Amino acid sequence: MDYIAAFITGGLICVLGQILIDLTKMTPARILTSFVVAGVVLSALGLWQPIVDFAGAGALVPIIGFGHTLAKGIQEAVAKEGFIGIFTGGFTACAGGVCASLVFGFIAALLKKPNSRE
Amino acid sequence: MKINKKEYSYMVEQASPPSHLGKNCLWAFIIGGSICTLGEWLYKFYKNIGFIMSDARLMASISLVGLAAVLTGLGWYSRLAKKAGAGTLVPITGFANAVVSPAMEFRAEGLITGTGTKMFIIAGPVIVYGILASVVYGLILFFISPMGR
Repeated sequence: MDYIAAFITGGLICVLGQILIDLTKMTPARILTSFVVAGVVLSALGLWQPIVDFAGAGALVPIIGFGHTLAKGIQEAVAKEGFIGIFTGGFTACAGGVCASLVFGFIAALLKKPNSRE
Repeated sequence: MKINKKEYSYMVEQASPPSHLGKNCLWAFIIGGSICTLGEWLYKFYKNIGFIMSDARLMASISLVGLAAVLTGLGWYSRLAKKAGAGTLVPITGFANAVVSPAMEFRAEGLITGTGTKMFIIAGPVIVYGILASVVYGLILFFISPMGR
């Protein structure tokens, strides 16, 4: 049941992205950026957590979930550390995903032969 | 022959096949849904082997990022993306692909000036505006909402 909820919810979020690509000619960078910001806003308004509770990874794996993670990180950090949390919460929350991308990106670049073009 | 931008985009539109919104959406739904289902499976797997809930979510994300990096390195991710469109862009794997792909592509220009500079060419704005939005939310929490204190 969890898998079905994840599949349908995640799939629908991707369909929304596809509609934006096909109808508005938005570039990938714009889609990703607006989805992350939308995730922060939706989460701040308390609208995304219920969807996470229902769909799990279906609401967290799409990049909107990245925004949700940022907003939750800020919430926790401000509650725990006060003012400083405004500056530390976001990066702390997204550290794992961003750092993993950076490390894997660097390894992939190292493994690729210099000068070869695809 | 000299053509301006407008004429060129008109020519491209004439030459490209009509877009199939319905078909594109179906592919985005299936592939995007599958990636999320895999994420849910990974989450359950990590939870079963003893990770606490939030760590299991993070491990699932890191695994998806790693998988996307391997597929990007092999050149398979872009092939999948041609069919799946937003189905491969919107999940976290799309973010990873946006980092790994330029990191490899600009390797030829050097590890620092190529890979290091271009790695976040697409992911950079995502982080910039995501963090900015979160700081705005933090300011609201701290100064307006009593819950933040």
